[in-house]
Amino acid sequence: MSTLDTATRSPGAPGTAGSTGTVRRRAGRAGLYVLLVLVAAVTAGPLYWLVSSALKTTPDIYSYPTHWIPTDLRWSNFTDAWNAAPFGRFFLNSLVVSVVGTAIELCAALLCAYAFVFLPFPGKRVLFMVLLGAMMVPGHVTLLPNFLTVAQLGWVNTWAGLIAPGLGSVFGTFLLRQHMLTLPKEVMEAAELDGAGHLRRLVTIVLPMSRPMVVTVAVVVMVTKWNDFIWPLIVTSSAEMRTLPIGLLFLKNQEGFSNWGPILAGTVMVIVPVLVVFFLAQRHIIAGLTQGAGK
Amino acid sequence: MTVTDAQRGGSVAAPPRAASAQDAGPRARARRRRRDHLLFAAFAAPNFFFLLVFAYWPVVYNGYLSLTDWDMISPVKKFVGLTNYVDLIADPDFRGTLWTTVLFVVGIVAGGMVLGLAIALLLNQKLRGTRVVRTLTFAPYVLSGAAVGTLWLFVFDPNYGLIRPLMAPLGLTAPAMMTDSKWSLFGLVVVYLWKNTGFVAVVYLAGLQSMPRDVYEAAALDGASAWTRLRRITVPLLSPVTFFLLVTSVITTFQAFDVIAVMTGGGPGTSTSILSWFIYDQGFRAFDAGRSAAGAMIMFVVLLLITGLQARYLERKVHYQ
Repeated sequence: MSTLDTATRSPGAPGTAGSTGTVRRRAGRAGLYVLLVLVAAVTAGPLYWLVSSALKTTPDIYSYPTHWIPTDLRWSNFTDAWNAAPFGRFFLNSLVVSVVGTAIELCAALLCAYAFVFLPFPGKRVLFMVLLGAMMVPGHVTLLPNFLTVAQLGWVNTWAGLIAPGLGSVFGTFLLRQHMLTLPKEVMEAAELDGAGHLRRLVTIVLPMSRPMVVTVAVVVMVTKWNDFIWPLIVTSSAEMRTLPIGLLFLKNQEGFSNWGPILAGTVMVIVPVLVVFFLAQRHIIAGLTQGAGK
Repeated sequence: MTVTDAQRGGSVAAPPRAASAQDAGPRARARRRRRDHLLFAAFAAPNFFFLLVFAYWPVVYNGYLSLTDWDMISPVKKFVGLTNYVDLIADPDFRGTLWTTVLFVVGIVAGGMVLGLAIALLLNQKLRGTRVVRTLTFAPYVLSGAAVGTLWLFVFDPNYGLIRPLMAPLGLTAPAMMTDSKWSLFGLVVVYLWKNTGFVAVVYLAGLQSMPRDVYEAAALDGASAWTRLRRITVPLLSPVTFFLLVTSVITTFQAFDVIAVMTGGGPGTSTSILSWFIYDQGFRAFDAGRSAAGAMIMFVVLLLITGLQARYLERKVHYQ
């Protein structure tokens, strides 16, 4: 198989004359490179436009012909954004919601996945189906009831209210379970003979052996919570409690279209942490998000 | 011996339990099973609790709300039966919303699949830099929709946005993409395509890389052109991936909200009011809980049907392969 890989690509159709074939192939490859650059440009172009404009002076933003490269970098857009809205507070809220929420969700998912793999229970299969069924509930169906529940608990405009409805884990539990099923049974048996209880087996054996999958789930869950929009929009009404995406929406509505500089700077502040995490953990994130496709 | 005796006896012999459980009698084994069942319940309980309270119960409660007339303030939820559904179906605005939703979903899903496959085919070539471009095209997929929406509002700004210098050389003036109801839905589709196509491409690419090479070789030897090979071999072999992507894309696109909320708020007019926006708008801006809940139930049923379709398809696939 692997020896054939190279062979498949190299020859053109049989019977192509030597030199014209080469020329045509070269032209073809050049064309492919042009397309590749085009794809990269379409993806990166708007991002470059955002970051470069966030560093432009107001006259540079509002002028035509376009200034492609900011002439003198103007960082004050960022301080303007910071002053126009409590961005420090937004950051804190986003951080608390994504970190604490992920920690709790991950713990619950780990325990649940472990139970499904290593502990007996009557009707376990059916129960797992019930768990997966939650995936079919669209977020929009839960909006009103969850808002009423959270309001009843007195959690509107609190971190608890922001975090609680997102804690149930189907995706994470599923991925962790799939991974735990592949762990060698012998190790667990040895631990059992040593008299290690289940909680200890989970922490000292299963967790270290599942590290790549745990990281994948943690990162994907955290990015999802960081970006979450509709729930924080509904459950917060005071500027104090907004997360970054909601803060950005209000900054945009407040500054309108006449003051793009600070709005774009705010957008950069929302995007950059996720981009950094993405480029550092891209292998985990891409693997996690495209799971299920392979089945 | 009664059960209590056995339990007492068990607790005395507890310390070396793991070793002794191996060769203990059936009674001890039964006790151990019971304890494991309890442990299962304890381990699974937190997750199931969250799902029960924040996913399953809401479906039931939302179903109930859809049968009431309620302004979200009054202490009384007036039961009105199916009135909300009847009203919605009779309402031309709501039918307009459904039609907009169909256009929106078809535009994004179909466009995403075609572009995604094209990009995947390109990234599957032996070229320098494909890895970098693969990562790059995936990046917008993980970005906050609110940020992406804001960014594209600026890109689409007809006077100062990126769109103007790009269209000027072609002798075109940039349309007021987001404030002109002729363009607004198209503009949203473009933004979602930019955000999501990388995901489709990466999934397709994985599918392409796991395809059998020998079939291609045979086809190439038979003199089949690249286009024929794509149509006759690649696309059919990718059909399971296509189906997976189709279902997941339809489900996520139906629920798209953040970019819309930032860019258009359902407008101008009702030009971009899709079902997900309608549910939010009716519930949390018009405070008509019944109408909002009924809209949400309609979305739920549609998505259930689509998921069911997938389940049936997978069954058939298992059957024939």
